[in-house]
Amino acid sequence: MGFLENRFEDNIITAKVDQLLSWARSTSAWYFQFGLACCAIEMMATAASRHDLERIGMMPRSSPRQADVMIVAGTVTLKMASRVKLLYDQMADPKYVISMGSCANSGGPYSRQGYHVLKGVDQIIPVDVYIPGCPPRPESLIEGLLKLQEKIRHERPLTKNK
Amino acid sequence: MIINQKVSDLIELNFTGVVIVSEEPQNEFIQIQSEKWLDVAKYIKTDSELKFDSCQCITGVDLGEDKDFEVRYNFHSMKLKHKIEIRIAIERKKPSVSSIEQVWRGADWLEREVYDMYGIRFKGHRDLRRMLLPEDWKGWPLRKDYKTPNIYNGMKVPKVRKGWD
Repeated sequence: MGFLENRFEDNIITAKVDQLLSWARSTSAWYFQFGLACCAIEMMATAASRHDLERIGMMPRSSPRQADVMIVAGTVTLKMASRVKLLYDQMADPKYVISMGSCANSGGPYSRQGYHVLKGVDQIIPVDVYIPGCPPRPESLIEGLLKLQEKIRHERPLTKNK
Repeated sequence: MIINQKVSDLIELNFTGVVIVSEEPQNEFIQIQSEKWLDVAKYIKTDSELKFDSCQCITGVDLGEDKDFEVRYNFHSMKLKHKIEIRIAIERKKPSVSSIEQVWRGADWLEREVYDMYGIRFKGHRDLRRMLLPEDWKGWPLRKDYKTPNIYNGMKVPKVRKGWD
């Protein structure tokens, strides 16, 4: 920033509004606190003090209206699928979905034999990041969340799509 | 097991012809007829020598596409510290058996689960609804002749998704 160096008073940052927006969104992606099966235990462990999701700006919200990211953590049964869809529809834009674990990705162990499990949550809602594992370790979940942040950071919400 | 013989003798003494004796050795269980099941249930709960005060498990079994269903009950006596398994064969075409929900209250949800999975109707049950599956579910999934649907409420449930194998 050679041209701008030493030209301003204290505490001034210059950026494009577009970049600023996507930067702000990526670093405060609050996730929706809801779990469906054993993956939710790993999600809780990730949010707890040892791994501490709040250090990357993510904190749990108990209402879909306040959340930006939905972590589908666990087996999506057919009975639950319509509820998951409803919760997703209740979230305000911009909204992102993380599919956590084998069950949410593809049905997992229930993909061939199960009569009651949706074969992947992407059948009903669009998914941004898939995290493999059964269940994924907290490290994998954090990796997936960082990937999501990267994705959000590269978005340009105000720029016209060409 | 002595208790099985004792229980089966006592039931036979009070309800003639109820115990079905098969060629297989009935060491593990007692097979009885479905007609007088409610009376037998009340009897084995209250009789001073039996006192089966705890209904531990109720399971349904589908024995095959041309064969009967079976309902299996596991009882335990906390007072006298003995247990038995009772099996009741049920016709496939019209599956129903007396409910013991009002004898052992714990049987309520167990019977509802068997109804949910096999479609066996428990006569006299006061609240026979599906236990686990959604109320608009069609069919009885643990039956051998159950066909998994490809679509449920507009959601596709394919057996194999594109890109697998």
